[in-house]
Amino acid sequence: MINALGQPQTVLLLGGTSDIALALARAWARNGSPEVILAARPGERRDRAAAGLADLGLRVEAVDFEAEATGDHPALIESIAASRDIDVAVIAFGVLGDEEQSWQDHETAARLAEVNYVAPVSVGVCLAQVMRRQGHGVIVALSSVAGERVRRSNFAYGASKAGMDGFFLGLGEALRGSGARVLVVRPGFVHTKMTEGREAAPLSVTAEQVADAVTTAVAKGDDLIWVPKAMRGVMSGLRHVPRPLFRKLPI
Amino acid sequence: MSDESEVLTGWGRTAPSAGRVRRHAGPDAVADLLRDAGPRGLIARGLGRSYGDPAQNAGGVVLDPLPSIIDEPAADGTVRVSAGTSLHDLMRFLLPRGRFVPVTPGTRYVTIGGAIACDVHGKSHHVTGSFGDQVVSLDLVLPDGTLRTVGPVHDPELYWATVGGMGLTGVIVSAVLRTIAVETGYLDVTTQRLPDLDAVLAEMAGSDDDFTYSVAWIDTEAKGSSLGRSVLSRGEHATLDQLAGAAAAHPLAVPTAPRLTVPFAPPFSLVTRPTVRAFNEAWFRRAPQFRAGEIQSVSAFFHPLDGVAHWNRLYGPHGLLQYQFVVPEDRADVVRRILEEVAADKHTTFLAVLKRFGPGSSGWLSFPTAGWTLAIDAPTRPGLVGLLAHLDEQVAEAGGRIYLAKDARLRPELMSTMYPRLAEFRELRERLDPHHRLQSDLSRRLAL
Repeated sequence: MINALGQPQTVLLLGGTSDIALALARAWARNGSPEVILAARPGERRDRAAAGLADLGLRVEAVDFEAEATGDHPALIESIAASRDIDVAVIAFGVLGDEEQSWQDHETAARLAEVNYVAPVSVGVCLAQVMRRQGHGVIVALSSVAGERVRRSNFAYGASKAGMDGFFLGLGEALRGSGARVLVVRPGFVHTKMTEGREAAPLSVTAEQVADAVTTAVAKGDDLIWVPKAMRGVMSGLRHVPRPLFRKLPI
Repeated sequence: MSDESEVLTGWGRTAPSAGRVRRHAGPDAVADLLRDAGPRGLIARGLGRSYGDPAQNAGGVVLDPLPSIIDEPAADGTVRVSAGTSLHDLMRFLLPRGRFVPVTPGTRYVTIGGAIACDVHGKSHHVTGSFGDQVVSLDLVLPDGTLRTVGPVHDPELYWATVGGMGLTGVIVSAVLRTIAVETGYLDVTTQRLPDLDAVLAEMAGSDDDFTYSVAWIDTEAKGSSLGRSVLSRGEHATLDQLAGAAAAHPLAVPTAPRLTVPFAPPFSLVTRPTVRAFNEAWFRRAPQFRAGEIQSVSAFFHPLDGVAHWNRLYGPHGLLQYQFVVPEDRADVVRRILEEVAADKHTTFLAVLKRFGPGSSGWLSFPTAGWTLAIDAPTRPGLVGLLAHLDEQVAEAGGRIYLAKDARLRPELMSTMYPRLAEFRELRERLDPHHRLQSDLSRRLAL
């Protein structure tokens, strides 16, 4: 169970080797000792992530998870939920891809849409079913400001996040009254291995800052946050810029 | 009866979860509901005055209380009541008959079932013990559906597991309670202003036993040499010849329903540092240095907050926490350190009440043990995690414990230190309830 101060006892990290997912586990471990289920592709990266969390004194279980294998998701989520409640599930996987390749190369484009949109919907539906049955639980969906107003420079990524963002906002509405909740998180540019080598945008943040914002939002019962907070105003402004002008902005 | 889930919280309005709320028509219906409870089990709920999560059951069944049924008192003053009877209804029934309950907590809006399951205490603990000490017997529907009558004499093991057992040994359906004779529905109150913690501790330790009722309100904002400055309020049931005026005309006046209500939760807490500081200052200044012989009604003396319905909403959307602990009488140093830490916390405001407990209860998971108990209210905010975890450690180290009826955030690892009979309790539950038909959010969170 999650307690009155928002400390979960069980955390499921889907895309459990992502920098933000691991920063979140560490943030929750600072004041508690949740059991962490690392759902990720098997391999050295997952082993290292699991060992790192175990070093913090957490109970860690690694399970095999392939985002694109959506047919396997129902059985996987059910098997995780069979022996314990899932207090918080974090959907932390995603791909950024090369911006130009991801609209010109068919395979890249389809895969990006699959991983960033179809797979979150797939696990989201399974998690919603489990959490309705539990009568409690929080789904944390890591969206992006890129989905809030899709721009030319990374529209394939932005569009996939826009779809994902819309789905989870709607799922949150649908789950009202069920005890289960959804938190949609819209970070700006985050310094992670996914964005390594790219030029940081203004208002960039670290994975730790995202994690702190998420743990606070989970505790407060928020359903939508921007990281950093100032991004909310910026995006609200950008949403209203007319297209001819938006096109000329260096973003 | 519907299958629709309802989102429930405790009085603190934190950690909501959804369960299927069911009404029932007596022990047979309870037995049926228990058998059909399913994998998430069932828990009985009273009036939802526990602060945390003991009366909610995520994904399971939550049993609404039966309405009040109160039999005429027997010649020896005992009275049989349904578990869903509120203390409010019971007092309104008893007072015109010249009787009163020996133990009342700070609110009348609790059910008898809840009062037993939490083994609640009141200002009289040092004289009367806790609620479980006032029960002659109770009827319990066990997890397998059988109805059992237990009491301190008949089947003490199951009885003392049930008293303070947070509803996890069975569903209490009725109880026979002791009552006391009173001449009036009023209290003869002695109020004292005390300048610091040492003064209030000494006064309580020295002369509490001269009064049936005793509690101190502590100004949590006071620091340094006035740390722990308090208003100590003690009382006795007033006799007829002590009343004058309107009270004398209606000596057995009954408590009434709240006149004020907080209609909705404001978008932010109205309990803030400036408001609490102002309130604390005014409360302390308003109190007399010493005043004896003041006549107060039952409501004013025992249940001042019951005058405002839904007062918990004043704490805004994130609700409130109450941190109540007890430490042995010789560990007042822990009370002092905790008051110091609370006074030093710049981000939160607290309201606090101090009481000296008499000998501990026999309930396996009952809270009261001889010593000092301090209850602190605070608006919920994530930053409390560290502070309260630190307080937990000091309480546990001193051989103290946290009150489960108030708790909403304790770490389960500390439970067996604070409650040495937890292992026995778990064994009994495993024996009594192998299919885990009785569960609550609290039982899952703390692995009871």
